Amino acid sequence: MIDSLSPRLALLVPEMILFVGAVFVAILGLSKNRARRESLPFITCAVLIASIIAVPLTWTDENAQGAGLLLPMLGRFVKPLLAAMGVWLVLLSVGSVDRRLEESVARGRQPFDAQKVARGEYYAFFLLSMMGAMLLCNAHDLIWLFLALELVSLPTYIMVAVGGNGSRPQEAAVKYFFLGAMSTAVFLYGFALLYGSTGTLELLAIRDALASQAAGSGIDTLATIGIVLIVLGLCFKITAVPMHFYAPDVYEGAPTHVTAFLSFVPKTAGFTALVLVLTCVGWTGHALIATDGVRVNYLGLPTPIAAILWMIAVLTMTLGNIAALLQNSVKRMLAYSSIAHSGYLVLGLIAGSTVGIDALYLYLVAYGVMTIATFAALASIERRGEEINSFSDLAGLRVRHPLMAWVIALCALALVGMPPFIGFFGKIYLFIAAFEANQLGLVIAAVINSAISGLYYLRLALVPLVSAPSSRSEEVTSVPSRWPQVAAVVCAVATVVLSFAVGYLLNAARSSTESAMSNATSPTHTEQP
Amino acid sequence: MELIWLSIIVPLITACVIAVGPSKNARTTAFVGSLLSLAALTLFAWNFPAWKNGQHFPMVAGADWVSGAGVSLSVGFDTVSLLLALLTAFLMPLCIAGSFTAINDRVKEFYGWFLVLGSSILLAFAARDAILFYIGYEFTLVPMTLIVAIYGGTERRIAAIKMFLYTFLGSMFMLAALLYVGWEHRLASGAWNFDIDALTATAVRLPIATQYWLFAALMIGFAVKVPLFPLHTWLPLAHDQAPTAGSVILASALLKLGTYGNYRFALPMAPAGGAELMNVVAVLSIIAIIYASLICWVQTDAKKLIAYSSVSHLGLCMLGLFALNPIGAEGAVFYMVNHGISTGALFLCVGMFYERYHTKDTDVLGGLAKRMPVWACFMVFFTLASIGLPGLNGFVGEFLCLGGTFIAEHDSQTGYPGVLGPWYAVVAGLGLIFAAMYLLILLGKIVWGPLREPASHASHASHGETHSASSTLPIDLGFREIAILMPLAISCLWLGLQPKPMLDAIRPCAERMLVNYPAQVERVLAESAATAQVTAPITSSETSSNSQ
Repeated sequence: MIDSLSPRLALLVPEMILFVGAVFVAILGLSKNRARRESLPFITCAVLIASIIAVPLTWTDENAQGAGLLLPMLGRFVKPLLAAMGVWLVLLSVGSVDRRLEESVARGRQPFDAQKVARGEYYAFFLLSMMGAMLLCNAHDLIWLFLALELVSLPTYIMVAVGGNGSRPQEAAVKYFFLGAMSTAVFLYGFALLYGSTGTLELLAIRDALASQAAGSGIDTLATIGIVLIVLGLCFKITAVPMHFYAPDVYEGAPTHVTAFLSFVPKTAGFTALVLVLTCVGWTGHALIATDGVRVNYLGLPTPIAAILWMIAVLTMTLGNIAALLQNSVKRMLAYSSIAHSGYLVLGLIAGSTVGIDALYLYLVAYGVMTIATFAALASIERRGEEINSFSDLAGLRVRHPLMAWVIALCALALVGMPPFIGFFGKIYLFIAAFEANQLGLVIAAVINSAISGLYYLRLALVPLVSAPSSRSEEVTSVPSRWPQVAAVVCAVATVVLSFAVGYLLNAARSSTESAMSNATSPTHTEQP
Repeated sequence: MELIWLSIIVPLITACVIAVGPSKNARTTAFVGSLLSLAALTLFAWNFPAWKNGQHFPMVAGADWVSGAGVSLSVGFDTVSLLLALLTAFLMPLCIAGSFTAINDRVKEFYGWFLVLGSSILLAFAARDAILFYIGYEFTLVPMTLIVAIYGGTERRIAAIKMFLYTFLGSMFMLAALLYVGWEHRLASGAWNFDIDALTATAVRLPIATQYWLFAALMIGFAVKVPLFPLHTWLPLAHDQAPTAGSVILASALLKLGTYGNYRFALPMAPAGGAELMNVVAVLSIIAIIYASLICWVQTDAKKLIAYSSVSHLGLCMLGLFALNPIGAEGAVFYMVNHGISTGALFLCVGMFYERYHTKDTDVLGGLAKRMPVWACFMVFFTLASIGLPGLNGFVGEFLCLGGTFIAEHDSQTGYPGVLGPWYAVVAGLGLIFAAMYLLILLGKIVWGPLREPASHASHASHGETHSASSTLPIDLGFREIAILMPLAISCLWLGLQPKPMLDAIRPCAERMLVNYPAQVERVLAESAATAQVTAPITSSETSSNSQ
């Protein structure tokens, strides 16, 4: 235990940086000096960048192998990914938190009151949630996994409530909190059952226990139920059916910069947790016992888990896409589209092993860039001081805000999977992974769903560029801060540029997973008496 | 290789230059950019070593793009794709010059998107990697949708959305099929690779049932683009609503992506499927020929008429392709090029009078030969080319397509058996008669006869004022417009009188594409003969012995 502690500590340096940053930001937010308060987001960015730099320095092969992790190199890819997206998520929130309050303080209508400001807390919780997502990569047992997952979620409940103005965010926060608590209960129960079946909390030991169960008469029913419950509970984090109900309401109710956060960070955390849990189960070494007692090994997860994931994938993408067709609110539509993208991502989980996980993380990069750019564009404009809501607010946006109109249109095309944007390569690689796992049916489902998604994304692309300005959109103005626009433009450019770096991204994703996968036991497609 | 990339990238760079530059320079910049692209491609074609052997050139694989997925940036041409790329590059400057006066609003965006469109079409023709092809093929949708949606007529939104969704849906099936072949290749060779030749080599070895579905999936994608009969409904609307340049490039280059896709992917990749389904496609093509012709007959909108005539003509082109013999395929490829030139030119002619009169309704407009004699000459010339007057380009392609269909019989002496035969040729030939009829009726209405002009236009003219948009236009064609139409007219005449060099160049490619077909078609014929034997015992003993 002691000998593995120091590598484990070394791996935690990025999180420590974030924690120190969070404390510092929380205190600085109370400062009476306006300039200091306004520098908060940039300090947060600096902290995130510092943690990005810390990852390759501390996450050496030596440290990673010594820490007893299930996927030793996972963090080297996932942590910089999270922090890099975090930088843009921070930039798109510049000027939004505490805006009313700061304006009235600046005009001298009310004195500065340290008890009323929330900006410091917002960025502190932002960093804490980010830290939770990063800690997931270091999880070596179920307790750590659970705590990290909670650390992702708890700050987000508060961020939804304090990030904006008015009562809608608070309603969304309450909804989000209670449903989140329920999902926590579900996957905690799953953890308990898994522990009951394997008798250990260590992920590596669980993997071995499950492997020996599989080599015997198949994975224990108790463990199977546990894993299914974990998957269902984590569906909340990844906004997948059957735990997706909250997404449209919360995404719509939360302020746009928080919505952008919710659509990326908890999702990445949820998928990372799922990857860890499913890696314990493994994508090889499972067998069906035929009636004559012959063991037939097959590729993929054990049947009940694979079937559940299969249903989750198909239902999630179909429901997300069809519901998105019916929306008139842009943010609700994006919420459903985010649900649909989770459905595609589950393909990677089902396909599994190295290729599937690579595809999953590549698609997460793509999805993150595209979604953040879209939300940043939405966050950079407003109508009469209110957030953009309906499509008619966006009609003819190009007349008044050509740049943001182009960003929205470009992101819509990227989200639909139009080449040569990064979304296309993400999708291609997911399909390839599904093919590798013999999941032709899933590919067809995803193809049909992509076609359906064309309908509403095309609307999102054409409304700002082509429609004549409506009376509502005449009143649309830019928000005072330029930073959301910067985030939007940079991420939009990234959707194009990253597609030329797809090979690099894939290699990075691959090196993060393959070391563990190479330990996986037993060849596939063999028959034993 | 460098020249190919140059011809693809120059329009893109030009588009970027236009985006940052001032609006008043946009059209000149675009024109120069498209000319440079054409020059690069012409230079490549001049030194093209494989005119006669049917191979693609360069043979070298391009830079690896996505290593894990085997996607590479390899480009190359064979004769067919080079001809189609040349056609695209040739039409680009003409379309741009044709838009100088037509596009007055959002000028920068128009030329920018137009160049991007041209570049992605060239990429699709040049790609030697299936995914690279798909990127070019699919991305054409974005600029084209925007061009229709922003610069189109009154129903432009619905036209753009319809076009996007039809093509997008179709191409998703195509993508799935290509990925599936890629997977089969991965299973066979252990690595992902999307090189078209490698995929083709894998696909032809697949079981018959698999090839059947593969062909069907690819066909859905390309049939939407061609467009084949039940999937054609997006095209007339898109043509009608698109600005002139958009219509030209849509008819001349984008639709060719569909037929080219058949030539490059569907037919060679799944010969067993192609042989099974060839009569279905042939019948659909014939329905398209006749049905679209009949619609043309009652059409009073000049642009819609030409759009439907495109459906009809491309039906003939598909029929030639699915005759599955070198003559038909040669004719089909030649017809692709010719249809591009003559229909493109017709759209330009219609656009020119539309710019002056702001109507395309043949009931309102007529006898324009009196007002615009030079325009009338061109209009008559291109219409005759489109009808297929011997001596002009349309004739050669049509004749070969029909000839190919005619000889595609079970016991054909050419070594390429088929299921079509004389009856198909006769019915398809009816389409040509219809074509002559409706196009001549169109000419009769708008070129000859008593002069009829829209009331508003006449009153403006009588008061000596002209419409604001047409203020810069002379009554008849100006120098710029003649300079646009003249190269097209020359190429019509040249291809009509000297088709042999081009046909010789196409022939090896056609044979290469059809290499697996005689055997497959014979298999299908033998199977159907065996089935027939079960139902009717009196059949020739030769075919039944073949089937065993």
